[in-house]
Amino acid sequence: MPRSKARQGSPFTGLGPVFMKEFADHLSSARMTVLLLFVIAFGAFPVASSLQELRTVSAADPFLFLRIFTLAPERMPISFALALNFIIPLMAIGLGFDSVNSEFSRRTLSRVLSQPIYRDALLLGKFLGGLATLAVTLTALWLIVFGAGLLLLGLPPRGVEVARAACFLMAAIAYGGVWLAVSLLFSVIFRSAATSALCALGLWLFFFLLWPMIAEAITLGFAPSQIRSAEEFLAVEQMGFALLRLSPGTLFSEAVLGLLNPETRTFGSLLPAQMRGVIPGAPLPFDQSLLLIWPQITGLIAGMIVVFAAAYVIFQREEVRA
Amino acid sequence: MSDDVIKIRGLSKLYGAARAVDAIDLDVRRGEIFGLLGPNGAGKTTTILMLLGLTESSGGTVDVLGFDPVRQPLEVKRRVGYLPDAVGFYDHLTARENLRYTARLLAIPRRDAEKRISDAMENVQLADVLDKRVSTFSRGMRQRLGIAEIVMKKAEVAILDEPTSGLDPHATHELLEMIRGLKKAGVAVLLSSHLLDRVQSVCDRVALFNHGRIALMGTVVELANQVLGAGHPLLVEASGIDIAGALQGVEGVQTVVAGGEGTWRVVADRDVRAAVAQRIVSSGGSLTRLADLQPSLEEVYTRYFQEARHAA
Repeated sequence: MPRSKARQGSPFTGLGPVFMKEFADHLSSARMTVLLLFVIAFGAFPVASSLQELRTVSAADPFLFLRIFTLAPERMPISFALALNFIIPLMAIGLGFDSVNSEFSRRTLSRVLSQPIYRDALLLGKFLGGLATLAVTLTALWLIVFGAGLLLLGLPPRGVEVARAACFLMAAIAYGGVWLAVSLLFSVIFRSAATSALCALGLWLFFFLLWPMIAEAITLGFAPSQIRSAEEFLAVEQMGFALLRLSPGTLFSEAVLGLLNPETRTFGSLLPAQMRGVIPGAPLPFDQSLLLIWPQITGLIAGMIVVFAAAYVIFQREEVRA
Repeated sequence: MSDDVIKIRGLSKLYGAARAVDAIDLDVRRGEIFGLLGPNGAGKTTTILMLLGLTESSGGTVDVLGFDPVRQPLEVKRRVGYLPDAVGFYDHLTARENLRYTARLLAIPRRDAEKRISDAMENVQLADVLDKRVSTFSRGMRQRLGIAEIVMKKAEVAILDEPTSGLDPHATHELLEMIRGLKKAGVAVLLSSHLLDRVQSVCDRVALFNHGRIALMGTVVELANQVLGAGHPLLVEASGIDIAGALQGVEGVQTVVAGGEGTWRVVADRDVRAAVAQRIVSSGGSLTRLADLQPSLEEVYTRYFQEARHAA
């Protein structure tokens, strides 16, 4: 009888139970409480300050509600969106850094894998469980900010503002997904949870602090010594942006800018020719803003999938025995 | 179909150039307890992992209950219970929650699962700690919880990797009773161990692993005959006369070796206890002890590896 090498049975057998267990574990864990406190402390302060400032603004602003997210108060130069830019990676790393290696250290992996499931289901269930936890937390945070805005500004948001804010929430979850996949990857590579956490945090610090400087240095190194035309300037600028956009944080902050500041038309410079007919300061319609940030959102999701795929490949080759 | 639940033919596993498992053949019959013995690193765990499809083999075929663990791992794992070496559970969950998770992975309907969990815990005498967190469990209790998982799963084959390592004598005894219980329930048991005297008491057949190969296979008596030579060994403790000289004359006695402190080890080709006793008493000696020496697996094991080392 000729035997095919293909394995039989769905790779998603058992995905549901794994997902439910991971989700329940995350929500009931002490770590989650700590992360929530952390998020509230870091998120509440910018929001409270920006709300205080916004209450004194009298000028008519069609997107007043969105300013809650983006306004950097004078006393504390961090907007809520910027705060999220570094809280989300920390949360995602906190949720994922020990997800696979803890199964090794608790010696549960071989027992769980001797049940009728494939490794695919285990890894995907862990990822989706973490992502769902992240989504629930961010949505709750988002709703709290929205509610606080309603109460303190006494002004209902317009439909388009709600839509923009909802897309902002989606972008935030996708951004979290990238870092969750990164921490999952490290938890597959390193058997020690401490090493995995250290590497994930190190990568985060690298992208957050060092990468902007490195990208600038590389760009300057490749730029011609004298920039003679606008085209040359644009080319150099494009290269700088391309390098910066390797960092998920850049993609996220650009997406936030495009969504929450409707006036944003481009992230770089506009040539005078492109500015023809533009009313300065006029907002873009929602669909145009969405089109502007579409590459950023796609980039985030693609990054998440690529990193997860790497974790998947490594996990499939891993020996089960501890 | 034959009565074999596990059929292994020419199974090999290479790690780089090292042969962890080297072309082994092995059959486990329905309802028997089969022991895989051998020093650490002889390939026992690797063989077990290949049976479950948790490690890919480098060659050979495996058939578990009519399924191929490489192509149909889900079917195999649905029917085979596995207790890994030093099994781990989720410490922050209770025993019930741990088993419930397994039941969900096995897609056992919820109402059915609760009944099966409590029955299984009853079976391994852990019913009173069903709702205690596993972090409070001793090593022996964890092993028993692992057995409960296999019972709950209603597995047809149970594969136990070093089930008694690290347990105190009492816990070991209890665990071996549970393994016998599995056999009574019609489950074929494959267990690996390096604790020989314990294994000897439960195993119907054993295979002795050495450097990835099966050196010897059969019942304990068969192995003893093969390694220690055929014959009935006796232990004689007597004084007063020249025992060696007196016993050489008994028909059937092959060798008489002094064991020190007034004891002799006698090997005969048949059961010569009555004749030996008569001879000693009739020649005026005082016989204080006469025992039939059961071939011990420990002896087989030690002797075999001594010889293997000499040969090498």
